[in-house]
Amino acid sequence: MEALGSLIIAKYNYWAVIALLLIGLYAMITKKNLIKKIIGMNIFQTAIILFYVSIGSKKGATIPIITHGHGDASHAVHSVEYINPLPHVLMLTAIVVSVATLGVALALAMKVYSQYGTLEEDEIREKIMESEPV
Amino acid sequence: MRALGLATVFCFGAILFYISFDFPGWGDENSPASRHVSPYYIEHTMDDTSVPNIVTAILADYRGYDTLFETAVIFSAGLACFFLLRIPERQAPPARFYRHLATGITFRIEKGGRLPEDTDEFERIDSVWVPYDVIIGMTCRLVVPFIQLFALYVIAHGHHSPGGGFQGGVIFGAAIILFAISNNLRRTLKRMSEKTSALLGSLGVLIYAGTGILCMVLGAGFLNYSALASLLGVDPVSARSHGILIVEIGVGIAVTAVMVWIYYNLSSAGRQDEGL
Amino acid sequence: MEEQFPIIIIAVPLIAALLITALWWFDKRVCLPISIVAGLTSLVASVGLLLQVLSGGIIEYRLGGWAPPFGIVYRIDHLNSLIIVAVSLVSLLNLIGSRTTAQKEFQEKVGAFYALYLLFTAGLLGILITGDAFNLYVLLEIASLTGYALIGLGRRRAPLSGLNYLLMGTIGASLYLLGIGYLYLMTGSLNMADIAQILPTILPSKVIVLAFILCLSGLFIKMALFPLHGWLPNAYTYSPSVVSSLVAPLTTKVMIYAMFRLMLTIFSIDFSLNSVALRLPILWLAIAAIVMGSIMALAQKRLKKMLAFIVVAEVGYMVGGFWLGNRAGMSGAVLHIINDAAMTLCVFMAAGAIVYKTEDDRLSSLKGVFRKMPVTMAAMVVGGLSLIGVPPTCGFFSKWYLISGGMAAGHYGFVAALLFSSLVNTVLFFRLFEIGYFEPFPSGHAHEQQGHTDARNHSSSIAEAPLDLLVPLVATAVLVIVLGIYSGEIVARVIQFAIPAVIV
Repeated sequence: MEALGSLIIAKYNYWAVIALLLIGLYAMITKKNLIKKIIGMNIFQTAIILFYVSIGSKKGATIPIITHGHGDASHAVHSVEYINPLPHVLMLTAIVVSVATLGVALALAMKVYSQYGTLEEDEIREKIMESEPV
Repeated sequence: MRALGLATVFCFGAILFYISFDFPGWGDENSPASRHVSPYYIEHTMDDTSVPNIVTAILADYRGYDTLFETAVIFSAGLACFFLLRIPERQAPPARFYRHLATGITFRIEKGGRLPEDTDEFERIDSVWVPYDVIIGMTCRLVVPFIQLFALYVIAHGHHSPGGGFQGGVIFGAAIILFAISNNLRRTLKRMSEKTSALLGSLGVLIYAGTGILCMVLGAGFLNYSALASLLGVDPVSARSHGILIVEIGVGIAVTAVMVWIYYNLSSAGRQDEGL
Repeated sequence: MEEQFPIIIIAVPLIAALLITALWWFDKRVCLPISIVAGLTSLVASVGLLLQVLSGGIIEYRLGGWAPPFGIVYRIDHLNSLIIVAVSLVSLLNLIGSRTTAQKEFQEKVGAFYALYLLFTAGLLGILITGDAFNLYVLLEIASLTGYALIGLGRRRAPLSGLNYLLMGTIGASLYLLGIGYLYLMTGSLNMADIAQILPTILPSKVIVLAFILCLSGLFIKMALFPLHGWLPNAYTYSPSVVSSLVAPLTTKVMIYAMFRLMLTIFSIDFSLNSVALRLPILWLAIAAIVMGSIMALAQKRLKKMLAFIVVAEVGYMVGGFWLGNRAGMSGAVLHIINDAAMTLCVFMAAGAIVYKTEDDRLSSLKGVFRKMPVTMAAMVVGGLSLIGVPPTCGFFSKWYLISGGMAAGHYGFVAALLFSSLVNTVLFFRLFEIGYFEPFPSGHAHEQQGHTDARNHSSSIAEAPLDLLVPLVATAVLVIVLGIYSGEIVARVIQFAIPAVIV
């Protein structure tokens, strides 16, 4: 029991990621408003970004910027002192991709609004049923 | 529907929860991710590229191809917003609102009629209009140049401190959007028209891709900046550092222009006539 | 120059898209010439690359000069070089045929259309050619984003269908990213070959199994495998016709290739097929996709929606064929990727020509269309025969491989589903031919009040599609037949080496 407790506390970053993933997925599946679905999509993507960034951490290490400068060739660089930079690079790309997707999603939502006058999915479905019998 | 959604979500969560007991602990320096590829990056960045910021070096040099396509992604998002939303001016514009400055009377002109642009007695207002606030307008006018200067600093110091093309470009774009929010969309469009932002956007990505093609033409592979050594007159390691700076500048220009372009199209729903 | 072919395939469409966006503000007429030059260059480079692979073996191209796993590499082998040629050819044919239709649909935004078109093509080619798992995600997103935008500018329900496609597609891509994250957590590398080397040392592991399932689920959403196909029919029906003839042949096939690459290169084929008990469930899903797609296609009253459900059934062919696990099934699946791209292009372009001329794609209003548009309908006949599976068109040969693979594996449910699908396709296309050919053109009766001269003019004029749409259409129909005649060659010289030697 104690081992389980310490295990839960040692990995609480993963539990936070899972909680955010579930919130985002629930919003996308069950909500009827299109903007709420888009916000759920954003939360889902942010949870994955948090997961990657938390992979790269190391206890007691500092940010990955080498402060010796050009002249100090005698200082060797130990990889233990710096956190893992690769997940940060990957997540810069993923953040830009999620912003781009959000932009296109909002543009499509604006077109839907200008066409149907509402953003609730069930009202849109009724309007479609009325206007297109086939 | 809600019950089904809740059940799906809980099943998914339970599976993830069960599996994550096998993960390495948080902050463990013996995890596979910290032992395999990243020690090479940390130990060899200064020798290979002479750039102290390891994240910038990986972003623009080791994995520079990913960054080229990331810039292409944000560019295609701007293009997509334009493609979906833009309504050309020749289609009938809605009613316009004008306000007589001396008396404060507002009136509406229907069906495309308009007053001349540069009268002193009348100003054109938006259909959802709040009075121009002197404090907000003045403060933003004072602050915008400093924000832009800070953005240029962030781009230029990407080598030595956290920063780089994307971050600086977004800050610069935010400065222009601040001007548009505090003043008027039409005034911003006069200073930076949509054509300018589209051209600057393609120019930025072309700088990045063009640098890659230049390296290919000079003999090394695509995006291999050491080929620029003969062109710039420095040794290959410094050539990599300069190559990283050039592509970061390209990325900054592209991101600025695309942020502004997306804002123009989204805030005015394509009409670019009146907006936030 | 020959060793730079891999990057020319991707960089030329990208730079052409940027040039079009810059130059189109000044002169509208440069869009199409620049696009066609870019498409041709890409096609020539991809054919050159295929010839290099056939004579030399696997090609590796390092980007930025860094060795893997520190940099990104391209990996070109027999599997993807053939599909790269197919994708660039399909894209070029559709581009040539797009001049009048794009001008009519988009008017002032034609430049943005061509730029998005080229970015979409560059994204798909990048997915095919890369050897790095995270790079695949970035290119997947660029192909998807441009696809959403291109689909969203159709008529009627297009923005809503585009938004649904966006929401489902983003879940798929994010699940794939999460799977790659789990792989990175346990192996520390992103390069496909490198991960394949590290995995045997850490197996058996529950995390790797979950990573495999997550990546597969993400790709299943993107390729519209039943029951995750909800976005496909609406998205392909309501998009503009020049867009649907671009995305319908290509998107799902490239995602199926990504699944192949995942199973063959990253997780070895032995792990993918045997370690998790997924083979039978996925085979049953593929059978359900074929059966449900065919039945739903029977129920449709609009031409494009019927064709979209046929695409759903075709996805079932390829996924089922690959998961059979024997050489005939896998060869059939890979051959079907090429063949299905050609067949789907043919029928969607023909449907696009009909919609361009008559503005109406309800099946009931296609009466007498054979007399009005003979060349278009001839191409539709060829495409339809290929979908049914009649020799010498290419559809027959890939179906033959799939059926023999199913019998060799003893999975008679799959064989029965394939035969059922052929039967349903026969019913669908012969119903189309009957309406188009045997029913009299109705304008003779309807216009009697207006005078007899009017009726005679309407019924005797041939309102064929414009020439620049007909030429690529005829070329595609010829390609369908040529691919059929040379299927044996293609399998013996290329596909045979794409499938690992352990598969019998």
